[in-house]
Amino acid sequence: MKTDSILEKILAAGHLAVTSECGPPRGALPNKVKEKAELLRGCVDAVNVTDNQTAMVRMSSLAACILLRQMGLNPILQMVTRDRNRLSMQSDILGAYSHNIDNMLCLSGDHPRFGDHPMAANVHDIDSVQFIEMVKTMRDEGKFQGGESIDGPPKMFIGAAANPFADPFELRVARLAKKAKAGVDFIQTQCIYNVDKFAKWMEGVRDRGLDRQVYILAGITPMKSAGMARYMKNKVPGMDVPDELVKRIAGVPKEKQAEEGIKICVETIEQCKEIKGVHGFHIMAIEWEQKVPEIVEKAGLLPRPSVN
Amino acid sequence: MITAERKPMEELTECMKPFGRILLVGCNECVTVCAAGGRKEVGLLSSALQMHFMKENKPFEVKELTLERQCDPEYVEELAPHINQVDAVLSMACGCGVQEIARRYKEKPVFPAVNTKFMGASESQGVWAERCAGCGDCVLGITGGVCPIARCSKQLFNGPCGGSTNGKCEIDSSVDCAWQLIWDRLKALGKVDLYEENIAAKDWRTGRGGGPRKIIREDLAS
Repeated sequence: MKTDSILEKILAAGHLAVTSECGPPRGALPNKVKEKAELLRGCVDAVNVTDNQTAMVRMSSLAACILLRQMGLNPILQMVTRDRNRLSMQSDILGAYSHNIDNMLCLSGDHPRFGDHPMAANVHDIDSVQFIEMVKTMRDEGKFQGGESIDGPPKMFIGAAANPFADPFELRVARLAKKAKAGVDFIQTQCIYNVDKFAKWMEGVRDRGLDRQVYILAGITPMKSAGMARYMKNKVPGMDVPDELVKRIAGVPKEKQAEEGIKICVETIEQCKEIKGVHGFHIMAIEWEQKVPEIVEKAGLLPRPSVN
Repeated sequence: MITAERKPMEELTECMKPFGRILLVGCNECVTVCAAGGRKEVGLLSSALQMHFMKENKPFEVKELTLERQCDPEYVEELAPHINQVDAVLSMACGCGVQEIARRYKEKPVFPAVNTKFMGASESQGVWAERCAGCGDCVLGITGGVCPIARCSKQLFNGPCGGSTNGKCEIDSSVDCAWQLIWDRLKALGKVDLYEENIAAKDWRTGRGGGPRKIIREDLAS
């Protein structure tokens, strides 16, 4: 075991892990975080807390992670390279670990152009691969990125993202291999709607033995409506939503579309369970957290295992 | 080359308003090539300014001059005979030229007439694109001759990110994905193994991270 992370223990024990997501509020109200997080209690193993997602200012991931920790939940600190340099990133990692936050997700982050501060400077002192390496060095060698020793190194279970659907496809497994080489422990993928393409990517992942080096959690986002399906298909960069799926959800009456979306999502989980090398699921129910217990239950992922 | 674009006319007339006689100074180097501040643009801007102030019945005289290189003290010295005959200098050079004039003629106000943009190359007639970020430690040898700092929107050293679509960047479909370009070129060179090597975190001291930079060549410096 590299860390004391419950998520690591669950994965190491061979269980299918379940994670979900809690986006912090656009304000300083702690109850907003608590209400959202409470919906996930008991049905997931860890909760990603996003870091200014879509480049919109929100309560800091670290502060919201602490709130989750105080509630007895198990947060995953998301951190993007867009907003901070390596000094700031490392100090936040130390701070997080001092509050018993022992999972994190290393990301580059959405470009400011997509958010509410398009005029902001883009930091990107390091990239996501270098970020993974930095956190691993802090944990395993007890050294800061600059080379000096850490008095009490943070033992983080290190996550990152992978998008099997972005271009060029032929590079997507190799990009994961770079993250594995940098020392990533687990991967949460982009939302899967095209299961065939995901399966093809996983084949490449297995061919290189990467599924034995990193735990891969398949990313799942339920769609609420045909409108959302079209939006994801046409507007979100790097998202692959097949036409049949849009047709299927558009083919049912409006009031039944949400239900159909949940059905699709549960079916996707069932299909992904059959793909060798999938170690769990990351369910991103964006502003629809109340549906996570239902999805997890219908997908046969309850009860969640307890590990010590 | 260093590329530049002329500032909007309203901004220029606003900052020239307090003055009656100015020296409008072009540069024969980069800004001439990118058609922003060479002799021709000096002539055009001079006429435009004079017409503007004529319509306002305001006396306004422009002395036009285009130097070989505004970033070089030797050429900037050529302004000395004219400087006391004007109220202000309007420079059409990049920021280096404007600053050289400000340094040499301490009591004369100097204004930029162009916005200095980036170090780039000409893609086609009238189109220039960013190519180099001047990081001070060139990586082009391992990135297939395509700069990830200047050309990737997230300056990823180990790209591409998850937003690369059909060879284009997620921020704008008119922007090429630098990592698609790098990958294509590594393939063409038979050097895809280079992609497998993780590029380590950059030491930005060679770039702006280390503060204002200077090159001292002992063999040339006197």
